[in-house]
Amino acid sequence: MNSMTITEKILAAHAGKESVSPGENLWVDVDYLMTHDVFGPDVVRIFQAEFGQDAKIWNKKRFALIPDHYIFTKDILANKNIEFLNDFAAKNELPYYYQPFTDRYSGVCHSTLAQEGFDVPGGLLIGTDSHTCTSGAFGMFSTGVGTTDGAFVLGTGKIWLNVPESIKVVFEGEMPKYLSAKDLILHLIGDIGVNGASYKAIEFTGGAIENMNMEGRMTLCNMVIEAGAKNGIIAADKVALDYIGDRAKGPIKIVNSDTGAKYCLVKRYNVQNIEPTVARPHSPDNKATARSEANTKIDRAYIGSCTGGSIADFTAAAEIVFGKKVAVDTFIVPATEKVNKQIKQVTFKEKTLYDIFVEAGCQIGLPSCAACLGGPEDTFARAKDGQIVISTTNRNFPGRMGSPKSFVYLASPFTTMASALTGKITDPRDL
Amino acid sequence: MSGQRCWIFGDNIDTDQIMPSQYLVLPMDEMLKHTLETQSESFAKQMEAGDFIVGGENFGCGSSREQAPLALKKLGVRAIIAKSFARIFFRNAINIGLLLIEIPSVEEFSEGDLLEVNVKEGLLKDATTSKNYNFFPPTGLVKDIFESGGLIQYLDNKK
Repeated sequence: MNSMTITEKILAAHAGKESVSPGENLWVDVDYLMTHDVFGPDVVRIFQAEFGQDAKIWNKKRFALIPDHYIFTKDILANKNIEFLNDFAAKNELPYYYQPFTDRYSGVCHSTLAQEGFDVPGGLLIGTDSHTCTSGAFGMFSTGVGTTDGAFVLGTGKIWLNVPESIKVVFEGEMPKYLSAKDLILHLIGDIGVNGASYKAIEFTGGAIENMNMEGRMTLCNMVIEAGAKNGIIAADKVALDYIGDRAKGPIKIVNSDTGAKYCLVKRYNVQNIEPTVARPHSPDNKATARSEANTKIDRAYIGSCTGGSIADFTAAAEIVFGKKVAVDTFIVPATEKVNKQIKQVTFKEKTLYDIFVEAGCQIGLPSCAACLGGPEDTFARAKDGQIVISTTNRNFPGRMGSPKSFVYLASPFTTMASALTGKITDPRDL
Repeated sequence: MSGQRCWIFGDNIDTDQIMPSQYLVLPMDEMLKHTLETQSESFAKQMEAGDFIVGGENFGCGSSREQAPLALKKLGVRAIIAKSFARIFFRNAINIGLLLIEIPSVEEFSEGDLLEVNVKEGLLKDATTSKNYNFFPPTGLVKDIFESGGLIQYLDNKK
């Protein structure tokens, strides 16, 4: 049998094959399917049109329906989407529908998948959202698709996939203070470009990864799509298993790449040589160091999303802002209800993160995707014409956070909060 | 001269440009009016069914929204020609039966050139400049899905 990467092994196992090679098209069995409120209704409509109004879902226990995008809005059409999903979930008695405005509601789908145990080592997860690659942090294959694919999986439990070539990215060394996973991934994307990994898998490894928490690993895997990759993946280890605990929704299988596995590219970095990094408007690969942008004034700061709204991200931000006042409008958006509870429990210097943020003058929103992708006009923290925003989100295309005439800099929670304190882009080491 | 006009766009045209997020909740016929509006004020108003889109590198990057290729298909775009396509956009286009053509020398096309395509022969003709371009038509499973008219139709044919 030929040597394989983690990605190749998982795809082979789900195609019922001994081994696979890059370039092969496969039909694979899907373990978990995820969709949300913006694309879910179309998934359901295509599903019902093709498989019938009363068609059975292939496996209800493997289907996570997680509304998170347009929740806290008066927008009539957005609300109709939620009502549509409420009806579908009730009719089908879906066990994993995280219904808005009930105690089942969770928040951002990728964070919810991890919290609820859908991210399972060795598994295969498909989602109708480009950042579905986040789940690869748990040593599983996960990728984003469109609504037709989503409907097809809902009906059949299968999907066609092309086996990707793999890129190996090694992050060695001990993480310096005030450097985070966001800096590493912005550095990598800036290095290889927004299509530097198109159609490929990115496998992260090295000492800095081994010492990184799951939230950081999820940020890395989440943003491989910003380099065009199909999936990001990190072999599951004790850190992953400890996070999962007893919440796994299915069997766990630890998969590692073979020693002789083939990579089309290997990139090595010592994290000691990486500085706090930003992506300038309007592309995630428009890399600069925070220091080189130190004269750039900002109008607002935003800390939230599936790559910046975890308890680890808020702990980092609280450490920076503790006992100080922000100089610009600063928005805090916990990714999920769980994180929303945690910020009221977790303390830094005997103060809860919530109290630290409120006393610093930050505005705290409700858990959802909020302004990460703009959304309806009344969305919390939506960017307005001419505004310059520094944000822990994952994408800064024109108009991504609201107005097409706004400018978004992507940065870590350390750098974003440091900038909020001074009103201009600030390297957290220079405070 | 035969053929239909092409509309030129740049590199990294992401799906937020093709269909901005605030319009995703609109009914399709309303959504169509906003197609590519951040990149061209005239495209959605003036394009005609059968027209071509020419992009650069990484066309369709970003969000997985199928509304992006679907809007272009519903408007009647004959094919999108680009140096390269982003992965999710590529598979969404195949799954809904929208033709994508990869050609390295897209700079040779000018706004409004009249183009003709023969998918079976993998031949694209610029009638304005009288130049011909070869491309690799879909093969294998991708060809089967595309020729069925999309993934759902492919499934129907298998039944």
